[in-house]
Amino acid sequence: MAEAKLVERPAAATGAEVLTVKDLQAWYGESHILHGINFGVKAGEVVTLLGRNGAGKTTTLKSVMGIIGKRSGSIRFNNEEIIRASSDRIARKGIAFCPEERGIFSSLDVRENLMLPPTVRPGGLSLEQIFTLFPNLKERLTSQGTKLSGGEQQMLAIARILRTGARFLMLDEPTEGLAPVIIQQIGHTIARLKSEGFTILLVEQNFRFASTVADRYYIVEHGKVIDGFANSELSANIDKLHTYLGV
Amino acid sequence: MQALYAQLLVGLINGSFYALLSLGLAVIFGMLNIINFAHGALYMMGAFVAYFLLNLGGISYWWALLIAPILVGIFGMILERTMLQWLTGLDHLYGLLLTFGIALIVQGVFQNYFGSSGLPYAIPDQLKGGVNLGFMFLPIYRGWVVIFSLVVCLATWFLIEKTQLGAYLRAATENPTLVRAFGINVPRMITLTYGLGVGLAALAGVLSAPINQVRPLMGADLIIVVFAVVVIGGMGSIMGSIITGFALGVIEGFTKYYYPEASNTVVFVLMVLVLLVKPTGLTGRAA
Repeated sequence: MAEAKLVERPAAATGAEVLTVKDLQAWYGESHILHGINFGVKAGEVVTLLGRNGAGKTTTLKSVMGIIGKRSGSIRFNNEEIIRASSDRIARKGIAFCPEERGIFSSLDVRENLMLPPTVRPGGLSLEQIFTLFPNLKERLTSQGTKLSGGEQQMLAIARILRTGARFLMLDEPTEGLAPVIIQQIGHTIARLKSEGFTILLVEQNFRFASTVADRYYIVEHGKVIDGFANSELSANIDKLHTYLGV
Repeated sequence: MQALYAQLLVGLINGSFYALLSLGLAVIFGMLNIINFAHGALYMMGAFVAYFLLNLGGISYWWALLIAPILVGIFGMILERTMLQWLTGLDHLYGLLLTFGIALIVQGVFQNYFGSSGLPYAIPDQLKGGVNLGFMFLPIYRGWVVIFSLVVCLATWFLIEKTQLGAYLRAATENPTLVRAFGINVPRMITLTYGLGVGLAALAGVLSAPINQVRPLMGADLIIVVFAVVVIGGMGSIMGSIITGFALGVIEGFTKYYYPEASNTVVFVLMVLVLLVKPTGLTGRAA
């Protein structure tokens, strides 16, 4: 089936890094969580951060988004330093975040949840395009946000950031706790977004899922990036990976 | 029977003030997590601004309805920026103590200059007189207060429950961090919310000036009952505060007619009963 383009933009990686993270350190109160994270994401790529629970993957995303109070080092987005910026400023530069807990608001219905994030730049998906990607949401527009199933909530959480025009998406464990058929649908969505030229930074525990969508991987352990390789090098690195992830 | 209707009208008037004040408290509590004990003092300031506007500037009641909430709202926003914002994440007790202190200072300053007796504020010409409804005589100004308050309450409810701005507000009440990560300047929104809540208090103050006179302690007397109203209605619930505000005013009115001795305590007795049965208040969501 030939699908209409969601956004008229050149697809595929152009080679330039849109996000460059150098020596990122972060703290939750007194506890030092990130000890010098280094990685980069190129335009049009899907990059996955892998690692065990508590390694610092989510904290890395939150630091990029500016919602960790104390952080140091350098985070450059489109060649602009954002380590000191507040999270609302960072969002307006075109980074969108879909948190692990999904963050669907219970006091808002599905439509309000969907319409909540403001447009940060032109070129976001229209409601029509979003309903093509996630037809379930259209049926549930007047339901309370948190009355949706886990899969529907995840779709809503992804859908609402596609409206904003942000081209850099950070998805924190989008498949967590979902049924295989839903995971597949989310996989298709990510592949579709990538083909439309979105750049995606993914955090995943589900390595098998990640391997279906990612271009490159970084391994996070004890608050540091300890390794990285491309999807094409996956088979050569599979044993190492099993050791890292302990699976 | 005439006396009953008269008491019911008084109840509705009081209910209007309860509703406007508890609505502001609910909005502020939802967004700032602060129990705003300064609310009564800011209500009083609204009445005083109306008084100054009329007596010093010759500016009418109608303009005061607009100007007083804006001026007091700005004063509130300055309080929020300079003091309240530092309480984010601290226990409720700190906000309560700070706002209680602010209330005492503001009331003290006004008492120092104006004493404790009331200053008269005339009913505007257009609202003087009354109409005979057949079963009772209705002073026009009192009818105006009830209807205008109701309209303002419903407009506030609409703003919060039915508009995009309200959706931001509700979402930020639930998860301010995420709303901010979507690109919304949540600290600014918090400041404006405090300004809105305080502005509603000031508006109630202007409405009350021609009825109750303008006194430095007019808010202190009222605010305790209003807190009971908020507790009964449920902290943070918009429609809950409106309905409870009007309902309790009416219940007080009934009590004044049938058993006047209890009229000052009926609200608190109801508060105890509600708390025993439903600790989150009648319409409150679990905290």
